[in-house]
Amino acid sequence: MAENRLHKYLRKEALPTSFCPGCGCGTVLNLFTRAVDELKLDVKRLVCVTGIGCSSWIPSPHFLCDTLHTVHGRALAAATGVKLYNPDLTVVVIAGDGDILAIGGNHLIHAARRNLPITTILVNNGIYAMTGGQVAPTTPKGVRTTTTPHGNPEAPMDAAKLVAACGAKFVARWTTYHIIPLKSAIKNALKTDGFSFVEVVSQCPVGYGKLVGMADAAQQLHYYKENSLRIDSLAEAQKHPDKITVGNFVTL
Amino acid sequence: MSVRKKFIEELEGRKSFLLGDEACAYGAIYAGCDFFAAYPITPASEIAEKMAEVLPQMGGKFIQMEDELGAISAVIGAVWAGAKGMTATSGPGFSLMQEGIGYGVMTETPFVVVDVQRSGPSTGQATKPSQGDVMQARWGTHGDHNIIALAPWSVEETFYLTVEAFNLAERYRTPVLVLSDGEIGHLREPFVFPKADDIEVENRFYGEPPFFGGGGLVPPMSKFGRGDFVHITGSTHKPNGLRDVETQSVHDELVRRLYDKIEKNREKIVKTNLDAQSGSKFGVISYGVSARPSYGAVLQARRKRIKVDFLRLVTLWPFPRNQVREFTKNLRAVLVVEENLGQMVREVERFAQCRVEFFGMIGGRTPSVSEIYSALKGMF
Ligand SMILES: Cc1ncc(C[n+]2csc(CCOP(=O)(O)OP(=O)(O)O)c2C)c(N)n1
Repeated sequence: MAENRLHKYLRKEALPTSFCPGCGCGTVLNLFTRAVDELKLDVKRLVCVTGIGCSSWIPSPHFLCDTLHTVHGRALAAATGVKLYNPDLTVVVIAGDGDILAIGGNHLIHAARRNLPITTILVNNGIYAMTGGQVAPTTPKGVRTTTTPHGNPEAPMDAAKLVAACGAKFVARWTTYHIIPLKSAIKNALKTDGFSFVEVVSQCPVGYGKLVGMADAAQQLHYYKENSLRIDSLAEAQKHPDKITVGNFVTL
Repeated sequence: MSVRKKFIEELEGRKSFLLGDEACAYGAIYAGCDFFAAYPITPASEIAEKMAEVLPQMGGKFIQMEDELGAISAVIGAVWAGAKGMTATSGPGFSLMQEGIGYGVMTETPFVVVDVQRSGPSTGQATKPSQGDVMQARWGTHGDHNIIALAPWSVEETFYLTVEAFNLAERYRTPVLVLSDGEIGHLREPFVFPKADDIEVENRFYGEPPFFGGGGLVPPMSKFGRGDFVHITGSTHKPNGLRDVETQSVHDELVRRLYDKIEKNREKIVKTNLDAQSGSKFGVISYGVSARPSYGAVLQARRKRIKVDFLRLVTLWPFPRNQVREFTKNLRAVLVVEENLGQMVREVERFAQCRVEFFGMIGGRTPSVSEIYSALKGMF
């Protein structure tokens, strides 16, 4: 592997990553690393807290900082303990939609309400990837997953809208196609003095893409490009249910 | 002088009429607890209420979380940030905390969980005491593991065993359980606050990596912000903390060490209370709240000139097997008294050298001296 300036941020023993080819987690790791670098954050005071799932592996084991890989769903609760006890630490949670929205959904609501300065990066791949493609709270209606073989009967949830309603200070949604605005959203989140939330709509060609006829990462990225709509107001975003609405929705 | 020290100094020597739950909170304070997270539940809420009052006055942190899953997770996060942490709950919440306890065992996170036991299953008799969680304490979290659990029988002992729980947690880098119950938790008894200097407090041992093995039974701790770049996971990991969930020997080495650090220190950990006389043919074994009338029944028998020995289990886990063996060596029969349908009695049966009888009571009432004495008489 050619030495890259940013490699110093990574845990060498954990490379190459165990992500599948084309996985969006690599993009998130890349942009998170750049955000940390550009903000010149002291990685010795950075703590990444994760749950269980592929997305939780983005910082743990890959990012070289203190990492607390908790049980499934509890990343935000553990992060709350870390930040409350030592407010000098920069605390970041990175995990999947199953982890943060389903089993850990209650902690998300209350972390946003408490508004402790914790940055949460939700990797929304529309599926339970690690466990082999079961339906997630973000899976669109009608999609056939291993646990919705007749099509998903339920509507997906809008995480950004939920978190905004709970009082978070910074709320954004971008896709892995939007690398420039996504990186600046992560930087904004890291600078926020209060709860900050970046939802990343991210491709999982193996676990999700293949279920919807996009088994290639490039197809999913192309889909994000064609079907996303930048709207910085959540109220406006609601008017476009057929689109992936992206933008910095809350910037208090 | 630190705020904490000053706070304790003002308490020293004070005579008070303290609630068991309050004694638990004060014990934690003396032990250096500076982080507490919980979710309210009868009969444990008074611990949270006392911590909410006291901790902020001394620079500590209190948080009421959205549930018990969150409470135990917040404690784990805070401990890795450098806190001495505790949570307190009762049956339903204790069930919810089991996954977190296992995580604490696997990641060698020292903290204290207090279970003020109430009558179950489920919401059962929410306001009534029981000793129905003692086996859950041992085996409630999944997978092979060892655990330390202590059972106070008085308000004063709740104070001292909470201190002890913190010390054991630090010494063995593991979660430690205090199994109180609704009776002891809600009991008021006279208590004199001891001098801080008379209380032995075990401090955390921060050291150099590796933090998860590599040598002795208990590796040194790290904490966030030290620049260790510590990697903490509940998955099987190597001494450097990084995952290896494939290699059999890595798992075997890790889980066996976690087991052994308690197993091999069993005799150092275990505490019992013995009142024996030479020539006794009968004995009573009990613990926690039910040990109180049990001891009363023993004294009653002695007043009638029947020699009966008494063994109180202060440590429930690891089980005081050698003490039970020794205690029952020359007895004809032993009566085990519990507020459940028979949990620790199974463990006594495994090690007793004599016949084992059981007297249990459920329904939220502690058995009376005369009820236990009647059961005892049946053995003579
Ligand atoms: C308590 C508990 N329930 C279930 C699981 C199994 N499990 C592991 S990861 C996961 C979901 C993964 O989906 P997500 O959180 O969206 O992360 P992804 O893998 O898609 O990144 C589940 C259900 C678990 N580890 N713990």
